[in-house]
Amino acid sequence: MEIWGHINTFFSAENYTLFVVSIASGILCFAAGVVGTFTYLRKRALIGDVISHSVLPGVAIAFMLTGVKNPVYFLIGAITSGLLSIWIVDYVQAKSKLKPDTILALTLSVFFGVGIVFLTDIQHSENAAQSGLDSFLFGKAASMGMLDIQLFSVIAIINVVCIAIFLRGFSLISFDENYAKGIGIKVSFLKSFLAVLTVITVAIGVQAVGVVLMAALLITPAAGARFLTNDIKKMLLYAGSFGFASGVIGVFISYSGTGMPTGPWIVVVLSLFALVAIIFGKEKGMYSRMKMRVSNNVKINNENVLKDIYKLAQDGENTITINDLIEKEKYPPSKLKSILKRLERDRHIDQVRGFVILSDNGRIAARAVIRKHRLWEIYLSKYFQLEEDHVHDDAEGIEHVITPEIEKHLIKLLDRPETDPHQSEIPY
Amino acid sequence: MNDFYIIFTASLVAINCALMGCFLVMRKMVMIGDAISHAVLPGIFIAYYISGSTASVPILAGAALSGILATVMIEWFTKKARLQSDAAIGVSYTLLFAIGVILISKFGENVDLDQQCVLYGEIEQIVFWLQPIGFGLQLPKQAIILLIVCVILLAGVIWGYKGLFITTFDPNFALSTGVAVTFWHYFLMSGVSLSTVVSFESVGAILVIAFLSGPPAIAYLLTEDFKRMIFLSAIIGIICSAAGYYVSMYFDVSIAGSISAVIGLAFILVFVGTRVVKSKVDVISA
Repeated sequence: MEIWGHINTFFSAENYTLFVVSIASGILCFAAGVVGTFTYLRKRALIGDVISHSVLPGVAIAFMLTGVKNPVYFLIGAITSGLLSIWIVDYVQAKSKLKPDTILALTLSVFFGVGIVFLTDIQHSENAAQSGLDSFLFGKAASMGMLDIQLFSVIAIINVVCIAIFLRGFSLISFDENYAKGIGIKVSFLKSFLAVLTVITVAIGVQAVGVVLMAALLITPAAGARFLTNDIKKMLLYAGSFGFASGVIGVFISYSGTGMPTGPWIVVVLSLFALVAIIFGKEKGMYSRMKMRVSNNVKINNENVLKDIYKLAQDGENTITINDLIEKEKYPPSKLKSILKRLERDRHIDQVRGFVILSDNGRIAARAVIRKHRLWEIYLSKYFQLEEDHVHDDAEGIEHVITPEIEKHLIKLLDRPETDPHQSEIPY
Repeated sequence: MNDFYIIFTASLVAINCALMGCFLVMRKMVMIGDAISHAVLPGIFIAYYISGSTASVPILAGAALSGILATVMIEWFTKKARLQSDAAIGVSYTLLFAIGVILISKFGENVDLDQQCVLYGEIEQIVFWLQPIGFGLQLPKQAIILLIVCVILLAGVIWGYKGLFITTFDPNFALSTGVAVTFWHYFLMSGVSLSTVVSFESVGAILVIAFLSGPPAIAYLLTEDFKRMIFLSAIIGIICSAAGYYVSMYFDVSIAGSISAVIGLAFILVFVGTRVVKSKVDVISA
């Protein structure tokens, strides 16, 4: 009930400002998530960290030149020095043997250092109106003025519209820059345009969550979204939604506790979203990968045992007992029994009083595995000139993976061979 | 005398960072150093929360564990969760930093610590904490801690030089000959965490990153010999500390900021200088 009470007051008319702040930070995080998707895909996730540190000198210089606390001037200064930092990173990388990580770290620390120099100079001078500059360091979403919020929302929306317009180009340069160049896309224009959008987003985002945490707004939503889909449009949507939800929830949490900071809570919520996606994501999540691995193992075990039963039957053993299999198999008895149970369930074998009888289905399945194995052996010895005694181990693994299409292709390629390199017949 | 104390303290940070930074630069891991320097915030907070506001070497060593935690997190994200490495770094350190800030604002009333201090330190205040060290001499408490850590790091690098060297320059060969690559990775990261944690109070995270990346990068432009590179970057760090300090005194601005700016300036000079020399050599040989 207490929480409900919080929510009620939160959205009530008295809390109009807070309502607006939460929506504004939601829009901001939405924009950052969307732009960040491209920096993520271009494997330049940490550039956001560099830009967020590098806007500081620009803001300080803007203040020193104009002497007023105007968000428009601040934004112009921030964008200018942010762009300069990206240009320096690219230039030094192209012209020296230094690696990207060194250049990123050096650029961000030097820009930030210069920013602090200017900032302390402002603080030590007579001008008393400097107090607002601190928000550029640590972010003060909760105390943003109406003017800031309106400005940021407008810019964030423009940002999103631009991305919608240039979606195809941005996707192309994110996945395959050379291909994009090849088909006549203006790669360098798009790259610069994307850089401008990133810098604008960072410049406004810094004021909400601060220098250090801004990087999370760009990276974390995209990192989570990547585990949910392979489709870039969906990925943008997911990343944007994660951002928006975290922005709103983060403001809500920081509002409900006393003296709770907004930016860090946004980042914590964002990280939770991403973590859930990373673990349970349908496409590449850890859980689905683990499930896949388990089901693969089950398939491999089943096929191996089935194959051996078939071979025993081929050798003229009319009555195959579990003990025969225990002798032949590398599996421990308990495991073997559970494999046999599964095979029985799949109607590949019947178990009668300790005897194992291969069904017709089982025979077909076993022959398929052996066929794939032997085809692969021929393929290896023919196309890779491997010795006969070197091909078995490789085929042992691949026999479980070959799809019917590949099998068809192999048969055609090898001209439907009759025997494998060990002169064993291939069962068709 | 205050001049000497401050330059001496900053120089110790520079030496610590040069020792670690050269390895990071050659391993292409400077941004992991950056991540660690932010991710130690929760550890530092807990250390201060336990000990009040006076931290000592053992407690700070404990705080360095949160830096190792960041390294483990990054490894987990890249190896187990298969997140691309740059994103793994970004996600890990921002989360840990955010948790640190939340802890400070929730429980931080009794602790003399804020994120401002973590970002750019308060080196001008070290002179208020002088401790006698015998022979009628005294040093700032920070400098003594840094000196102890400097000795630890130096001993670590000398003792483990072979392992660190081989895993830095030929990790595949190291792996194939059975060198414990993972051990040396964490060995180095422990050093980076420790030097970050003990430096933050005096110079802050930003100058630590500047020291970790700047002097080694400059030295790398000047020499190919690795031992010479370590030595050179320590010297460059010390010179930049002294120059940065006097710049800050002249303009009455932040010391940590000035030193970072001077490092940037030194880099620009050497970067342009080596390019000019190289183009002249090219002209002569052509």
